[in-house]
Amino acid sequence: MSDDRLTIAGREFRSRLWVGTGKYKDFVETKKAIETSGADVVTVAVRRVNITDRNSENLLDYLDPQQYTILPNTAGCYTVEDAVRYARLARAAGVSDLVKLEVIGDERTLFPDTAGLIEAAKILIKEGFVVLPYTNDDPIVAQKLVDIGCPAVMPLAAPIGSGLGIRNPYNLKIILESVNVPVIVDAGVGTASDAALAMEYGADAVLMNTAIAGAQEPIAMAEAMKYAVEAGRLAYKAGRIPRKLYATASSPIEGML
Amino acid sequence: MHIQVNGESRQVREEINVTELLQDLQLNVERVAVEINLEILDRRDFEARRLQEGDRIEIMSFIGGG
Repeated sequence: MSDDRLTIAGREFRSRLWVGTGKYKDFVETKKAIETSGADVVTVAVRRVNITDRNSENLLDYLDPQQYTILPNTAGCYTVEDAVRYARLARAAGVSDLVKLEVIGDERTLFPDTAGLIEAAKILIKEGFVVLPYTNDDPIVAQKLVDIGCPAVMPLAAPIGSGLGIRNPYNLKIILESVNVPVIVDAGVGTASDAALAMEYGADAVLMNTAIAGAQEPIAMAEAMKYAVEAGRLAYKAGRIPRKLYATASSPIEGML
Repeated sequence: MHIQVNGESRQVREEINVTELLQDLQLNVERVAVEINLEILDRRDFEARRLQEGDRIEIMSFIGGG
């Protein structure tokens, strides 16, 4: 798999499993899970520094930005203005122009506000950001995001943290067929088979957080996800057999008594 | 003079610049973004930028997220 690299906006990525860094019990577990997953892209959130606790540690002390591509998100932003502000803060705090753009539309579902997403993406792209948009499983919106200059799209499988798996495989397949940029399935994965399935459909990568961090054994799940994504990718490239209603014998009839 | 840092009122010396404020807070300059009165600062301007009475400062960093 070493030559099967994912390229986005001129950047090459080894692993097709991208992981979040939220919800772990501590930074040691975060680091161990990410190392085990083999991911080289990790998402982070942008928040106020804790200025009262001087001993508080920094996540980047555990995740070397030389070793990982740090992908800041705009999670928690419900307006175009907030998402743009957080993206700019992320760029000022970080080392690159990459942003996982989220404009959230609703607290219960955390579904994207796709109208706001497109508007915010336009502003940030004009400012030189590499915008990776967290979007709905809507092929029309995905195409619009590509048209305005997003070098990849990140449609959801299901609501963030829901673990429901791919709720609308047909829409995902249409997105995969219709856009000519990498598609990263982002959010909603529950277990290894969900990730494998996304890759079998032809997704270019899968991004997850809760499925690993929320598992009973996060490190073991990180390993499971690593293999699931690799297996799904290999199966996609190998080309599955068509589904048929009736049997076809695997053993020949010829030579039977 | 008084300034606001991450929503909390703080007493600091006159003429303090952003680099000095971060040092006082024991923060790594390389790991934070600083916004003053909604204007995001370039890290290269931290040294030259002196704070003024009533400035509203936000110091942001990366934390775990998905």
